Amino acid sequence: MPMDANEIERLIKQKLPDAQITIRDLAGDGDHYAAEIVSEAFRGKNRVQQHQMIYEALEGNMGGALHALALQTSAPDS
Amino acid sequence: MSEQQIQDWIRKQVADNDVVLFMKGNRQFPQCGFSSQMVQILDHLGVDYSDINVLEDLSLREGIKSFTNWPTIPQLYVKGEFVGGCDIVREMFQASELQELLSEKGVSHAQQTQTA
Repeated sequence: MPMDANEIERLIKQKLPDAQITIRDLAGDGDHYAAEIVSEAFRGKNRVQQHQMIYEALEGNMGGALHALALQTSAPDS
Repeated sequence: MSEQQIQDWIRKQVADNDVVLFMKGNRQFPQCGFSSQMVQILDHLGVDYSDINVLEDLSLREGIKSFTNWPTIPQLYVKGEFVGGCDIVREMFQASELQELLSEKGVSHAQQTQTA
């Protein structure tokens, strides 16, 4: 079941309001996305923790409604 | 198996094997592009690893997600520690961080980290 890119962005922003998010629909089918997310909240966290924050923001949609979301996360350059 | 038995079984696999890949399909026939990429990376590095096909058991497929609070498969574990899913492992591989991690943990692999 596909998920809209705007919906992904909305859920992430809800959790991380400062996030700068770039989402690409990789296959044009609304089911395979790549997201680059930059947020101050990631600072000092390792990649696993950063991705877990995003998965948490997506409220269980990851692995369910959303099959493929490639993630690249980082804190803003200071 | 009960949820508790599954968690115990996973814990044992991860404790008994230096490198464990939970994946869809097996290393000869990965059944998902992301699992396939993981196999390619590990094979490329010549790492000796144990591959576990989560598609063989629905309770395992669900159990591995709660084991590390990680909703997707594949998942890579090195010396009992969760390293990441496909994105993280690929990023680490490209930055040679995966090779460094393997060396640090004393896991032999074909491309030893170059020391400057």
